[in-house]
Amino acid sequence: MTAYLIRNVSVVGGAPTDLLIRDGVVAETGAGLAAPDATVLDATGLVALPGLVDLHTHLREPGREDAETVESGSRAAALGGYTAVCAMANTSPVADTAGVVEQVWRLGREAGLVDVQPIGAVTVGLAGERLAELGAMADSAARVRIFSDDGHCVADPKLMRRALEYVKAFDGVIAQHAEEPRLTEGAQMHEGEVSTRLGLTGWPAVAEEAIIARDVLLAEHVGSRLHICHVSTAGSVEVLRHAKARGVKVTAEVTPHHLLLTDEKAASYDPVYKVNPPLRTAADVAALRAALAEGVIDIVATDHAPHAVEDKECEWAYARPGMLGLETALSIALDVLGPQWDLIAERMSRAPARIAGLDGHGLDPAPGVPANLTLVDPAARRVVEPAELASRSRNTPYARMTLPGRIVATFLRGEPTVLDGKAVK
Amino acid sequence: MIRHLLSGADLDAATATEILDTAAEMATVAGREVKKLPALRGRTVVNLFYEDSTRTRISFEAAAKRLSADVINFSAKGSSVAKGESLKDTALTLQAMGADAVVVRHPASGAPHRLANWVDGSVVNAGDGTHEHPTQALLDAYTMRSRLGRLDGLHVAIVGDVLHSRVARSNVLLLSTLGAKVTLVGPPTLIPVDISPALAPGTDVSYDLDAVLPGVDVVMMLRVQRERMNDSYFPSAREYARRYGLDGPRMRRLPGHAIVMHPGPMNRGMEITPEVADSPRSTIVEQVANGVSVRMAVLYLLLGGNNR
Repeated sequence: MTAYLIRNVSVVGGAPTDLLIRDGVVAETGAGLAAPDATVLDATGLVALPGLVDLHTHLREPGREDAETVESGSRAAALGGYTAVCAMANTSPVADTAGVVEQVWRLGREAGLVDVQPIGAVTVGLAGERLAELGAMADSAARVRIFSDDGHCVADPKLMRRALEYVKAFDGVIAQHAEEPRLTEGAQMHEGEVSTRLGLTGWPAVAEEAIIARDVLLAEHVGSRLHICHVSTAGSVEVLRHAKARGVKVTAEVTPHHLLLTDEKAASYDPVYKVNPPLRTAADVAALRAALAEGVIDIVATDHAPHAVEDKECEWAYARPGMLGLETALSIALDVLGPQWDLIAERMSRAPARIAGLDGHGLDPAPGVPANLTLVDPAARRVVEPAELASRSRNTPYARMTLPGRIVATFLRGEPTVLDGKAVK
Repeated sequence: MIRHLLSGADLDAATATEILDTAAEMATVAGREVKKLPALRGRTVVNLFYEDSTRTRISFEAAAKRLSADVINFSAKGSSVAKGESLKDTALTLQAMGADAVVVRHPASGAPHRLANWVDGSVVNAGDGTHEHPTQALLDAYTMRSRLGRLDGLHVAIVGDVLHSRVARSNVLLLSTLGAKVTLVGPPTLIPVDISPALAPGTDVSYDLDAVLPGVDVVMMLRVQRERMNDSYFPSAREYARRYGLDGPRMRRLPGHAIVMHPGPMNRGMEITPEVADSPRSTIVEQVANGVSVRMAVLYLLLGGNNR
C-alpha cells in the first residue's frame, strides 16, 4: 500500500500542516513530517475535509443502468469529494429484500470508489401497504440501518407508526419522503404565483409540512428516530424547530438545489428543473439556508437523481423528476455557506455519518483515524459542463454556471479515488 | 414583429393593436366572393394537434388557406411519450419538411415553448394544457373592440373555472396590456393562488357573481366540466349553475350595453342558459367568425407577410 504525504494542507480550515497517510489510516499530522517512501502531494492552499457522506443518492442499479450504475455513480461521488453514499431503494427490483440490498452493497465494494451503503425500502415494492422484511435487511451483509420509500411517502399513519417502532430493535431510522399524496395529485411544480402563471398543477407546501408535523408527533409518541428527506419549505423548518425543541429524535436534510434554485426556473418549461419536492420560492430558500446554518436542518444530502436523456428532453408534465447532485454539492455548499469549513464538515460528513451509523466515516483527519478524506481547492472556480460529468446522465440544473471550489483529491481508507481532480479508476 | 406567439405576455400594446387592426382588414376578405389573399403563397403551415379540437383546428386551417398557404394537418392525439414518437422527434420531422409555421395544440402546459426550441419556423400556441390560448384572447379582444368600440377602460368579468382555463390566463394578460380591467369570478376552489401578482397586477377576484354583474361591460363565461365535482371543486352541477351560471335574471342585472361572451364549446344549462346564449347580447357566433380573421392576421404578421 502506497503511503501519501500531504504537505501544507489546512485541516478543516486550520493552520497548514502535513498529513501522513499509511496503511489506510492517518498515521501522523504536524508540520515538516518526513516519510521517504511516501508519495508527496503539495496541498498548499487546499483544505482537507473528512470524506463527504451522502445520505440520499439514487444509483439506479439494478434496473436503470442506462441512467446510472453503482460504478458510475460511485465515480461521480468520489469526484464530488464523497467517501460514502447511501443508495436509495427505488430501484427495479425495489431494494426491499436482503437479496437486493446485498447485491447493491456488493456492487459498491467491487467498484471500490466509495462505500455504498444500501437503504432498504420500508414497504414491499414501495407500495405503502405492508412492511418489507426490515430485519432481514438489517441482518444482511449490507447491515441496513436506514429505511425509506423515497419517491413515495409512507402515507398511511398506522404503517408509519409501526415502521418507526419496528426498527428500534436494530437502531434503525425511517427516512420519510414527506408528501401527502392526496394533496399532490398531478402536481408538477411548487404551488404559487409561478405555477398559476405557467398553468402547471401546484404542489402545495402544506403537503410536505402536514406529513412532517404528523411524523414528528408519531416519532415522539413511540420514541423512535425519524429522518426527513429533502426538506423544501420554510413551514417545514418551523415544524422541525418546534419538534427539536421538544426533544423529538428527528433529523433533516436539505438538497443543494433547494438551497440555490427557485421555482422561477420552471418558466423555461425545461424539465431539467423538475424535481420532487419541487423548487420553491426565494423565501423558502432563505429559510432553508438559515436553518442549515443554525442546525435545525442537520445535513446537506444530494438526492442525486440521474435520468436518461429521453426522460428529460420532453414536455414538462411527462418528464421524470430529479436532478444530478454528487459532483456539484460541495461547490454549492461553499457558495451558500461560504468558507465555514467546520460547518461544512459537520453538515456534509460528520452528521450524515452519525445518522447513517457509518463508523469509519465523518471523522476529521487525525492520527489513527481511517483515511477517508477529501482535498478541496477553495480558490478554484469552475464552469459546470454536463458532458464532462462522470455520471451516466446529463440532467444537471447547473449547466454552464460558474461555481466556487474544486475537489482535487479524495482518499478512501488511504487509497486515492481521485487525484488531480480526476478519478483514479 | 415577434417570431412566436406562445403567450399573451408576448404581446405589447402596440403589437397586439397591430394584430387587431390587421384582423379588421382581413375580415373584409371574408365578405368577398373570392375569400382568398395570395400573401402566404408557397409557405407551409402545419397544424400539429395533440388534442381533439375541431373548431380551433378548422379556424386555423381556414385562416391559412385564405392566405394561400399550404396547410398540413398533423393529428397526434395522445401524449407523445405514451404513443411513441417524442415531441422533439416530431419537431425535427416538421423542421425537415420545411414548416414555416407550426400551430400547436397540446395537453401539456409549456409544450409550445419546448417546440420553439427545436424548430426554426414560427410556433403559434393554439392552446397548451391549462396554460394559455393567446389567439383566443386576441379574438375575444377583437370581438369586444368591434362591439364596444374600445378596450381601454373596459371592465371584463371572466367567470368560471379559471384554475383550469387557458382562455382565462391569456385573456387576463392581453386585456390588462390593452388597458381593460379584469375581475375573475368563481368558487374559491377554481381560482388559482396568487392570480393577481402572477398574471397582471390590478386583477380583481370575486366569489359573488351577482355583485359583479351590474358594473361590467363584458361578461365572459368559461366552460366548466361537470366532472370537476368528482374532485370536490364544487358539490354538484346544479349548485354550480345556481351560484355561478348566467341565466336570464342574472343577465338582466348587466348594464344595457354589456355583452356576453363564451369561448365555446358551451355547456348549456351549466355555466350558461340557452336564453342567454341565444340572446342579442351574446357574441358567441361572432367570436367564431372573428377567430378566422384574427388567426389570419397572426399568421400573416408572424410569417412576415407584410414585408414581402
